[in-house]
Amino acid sequence: MMKQYGKGALHIHTRKEMVDLVVADGHARGIVARDLISGEITSHEADVVVLATGGYSNVYYLSTNAMTSNCSAIWRAYRKGAWLANPSFAQIHPTCVPRTGRHQSKLTLMSESLRNDGRVWVPDQAGDKRPPEQIPEAERDYYLERIYPSFGNLVPRDVASRNAKAQCDAGKGVGGNGQAVYLDFREALERLGHQVVEEKYGNIFDMYRQITDENPYETPMKIYPAAHYTMGGLWVDYDLMSNIPGLFVLGEANFSDHGANRLGASALMQGLADGYFIAPYTIQNYLVEHHHDQFSSAQTSFRDDTQAAEHRYQSFISNRGENLSEQFHHQLGSVMWNHVGMERSAPGLRQAIADLQQLATDFQGQVRVPGRTNDLNEQLEKAARIEDFIALGELMARDALNREESCGAHFRVEYQTEEHEARRNDEQFACVSVWQNQEATVPLNLQEPLVFRAVTPQTRSYT
Amino acid sequence: MKLKLKIWRQASKETQGALRTYELDGVEPDDSFLEMLDQLNQQLAATGEEPVAFDHDCREGICGMCSLVINGTPHSRVSGVTTCQTYMRHFRDGDTIVVEPFRAAAFPVIKDLVVDRSALDEIIAAGGYISVKTGHAQDANDLLISKEVVDLSMDAASCIGCGACIAACRNASAMLFIAAKTTHLGVLPQGDIEQPTRVLNMIRKADELGFGSCSNELVCEAVCPKGISVSNIARMNRTYLAAALASRKA
Repeated sequence: MMKQYGKGALHIHTRKEMVDLVVADGHARGIVARDLISGEITSHEADVVVLATGGYSNVYYLSTNAMTSNCSAIWRAYRKGAWLANPSFAQIHPTCVPRTGRHQSKLTLMSESLRNDGRVWVPDQAGDKRPPEQIPEAERDYYLERIYPSFGNLVPRDVASRNAKAQCDAGKGVGGNGQAVYLDFREALERLGHQVVEEKYGNIFDMYRQITDENPYETPMKIYPAAHYTMGGLWVDYDLMSNIPGLFVLGEANFSDHGANRLGASALMQGLADGYFIAPYTIQNYLVEHHHDQFSSAQTSFRDDTQAAEHRYQSFISNRGENLSEQFHHQLGSVMWNHVGMERSAPGLRQAIADLQQLATDFQGQVRVPGRTNDLNEQLEKAARIEDFIALGELMARDALNREESCGAHFRVEYQTEEHEARRNDEQFACVSVWQNQEATVPLNLQEPLVFRAVTPQTRSYT
Repeated sequence: MKLKLKIWRQASKETQGALRTYELDGVEPDDSFLEMLDQLNQQLAATGEEPVAFDHDCREGICGMCSLVINGTPHSRVSGVTTCQTYMRHFRDGDTIVVEPFRAAAFPVIKDLVVDRSALDEIIAAGGYISVKTGHAQDANDLLISKEVVDLSMDAASCIGCGACIAACRNASAMLFIAAKTTHLGVLPQGDIEQPTRVLNMIRKADELGFGSCSNELVCEAVCPKGISVSNIARMNRTYLAAALASRKA
């Protein structure tokens, strides 16, 4: 990319973010963007629009995503008619550094590879507060090895996460707030030696030590699940084009590759496949058939959307509310984590929808944004993103409520086997759940059936 | 913890900045440095004062956005970490902490603690890539690369482009940054062919953008959060010398 930039073949607009999609005559025709330094709202006309704007795990407040990762680009496209598919499919990753302080702003992922050699355990007895070194072998519960003897510590992410939560809910969690389990390398250190473990995991161990001030070579790591990846996203066809012609969506921003449960390393794979092997060819096909001068109403759309964006940012500043966006983000995260997280239930999801509708109303009336629009103003950027996140959160809850089955990372407590595994309902829900925005009424749910010709989906078993 | 913070405030590129003093209470040792600043900003916003602008994104030491000078040292005095990986347990209750932006002629202050580091993008655009286009993946054994070379390239590739080396250098030299990029690409067979022009072009671009020359202060290595070694600069200088002589002949 930088080679092309150096040649003048492309322009990079650093510190600028997309704030709306411009649609004219049913085609994506460009975007409206805000300069994050000057606050200037500009419009950019284009033959095609490609969104590669990532996922929306920050809807949970604490996640492993970067702080400025947000849903606004895909949410604004959804508001303009693009379909959003499987929004409730969110991956909660099992091996993250647990939350410690009340000021915590993000969670750090410890590589999944650690589960190759680390053994996950909790004390046998609930409420056992002894330090790990003082808990004898016989009083430790290596619960993944016990429940899943053939897969042990290498069960899929959703299973590992849900089991960690179950242990902590049963009072066996460790660490200051009881929201962690041990990931122990003692056995690996004895078997492989310090040097081999350091070669394999040295940088991760260092990172852990920097964050927690504990040495994982000497004492077990503490880990807990955290929001990490969102499988849902804008609906696309095999050409990676959304239902709005001319709008292409790549990577985590689309819904296409991972179903209900992304597997390790496949987000990178998707980024490469979408970017190198699919989009360059399918976009060409679209461009051949669509010329710029076929459109007439684009001028008006650009003007309207630019004015709407200017008005939106101005109204955040003029709002005389009491609370900063940060507080709303906290509340949103707590609703999402408790009701639309690792375990979902119909009453919980109904509660979440009601809570988030209230939160959206409160936000409109009570948010306070200091500073000016025509300046670098992080509070203003955040306000717009949080407004979109609250609305997306409600759609996630709606989607989770609608899917009356458990599958992959979507676990509904009502639909589980006796061994507490996901119970699917393929007759009704072997489908992509697609949502279409409706102004002033609840969104419309469409189903794109999943047809399996060569193999039939089975029930997984890791025991 | 209770802290006294002296923070650089500057409204825009054009205006003069100054250190302003703030007091902050209730900071916990397990808070990260940026989470401490979050608390200050909540406090400022609550009292109607404008929050302090600072760059940050991944908050786990890999994106290269955070860029503070804490008590005179880029990132912080804790070795091998970025600002975001610096925790308040390294400070004491009652401490006075001075927070300034990265300083260099090529890094103009945009606002408060936010600086414009797009000059580093310009250096990359001058040669920080391999020109050959990605084609089909070839057989893994077609190109044999020894583990020593792989490790050398990989260690250099861990540069996150934060610019701490430049902020720490009395000449604001970008040599450690360029050396990391050229070693990362140039020691591998795919990047070897154009290494002489890459080195020449990237160094010329840095000169043009106002970065200084290297006078072997070695402070760049000391503050690098990724531990990039100055031996990469020596390697690059050898290539530069040969390339500069060759290009003069032609």
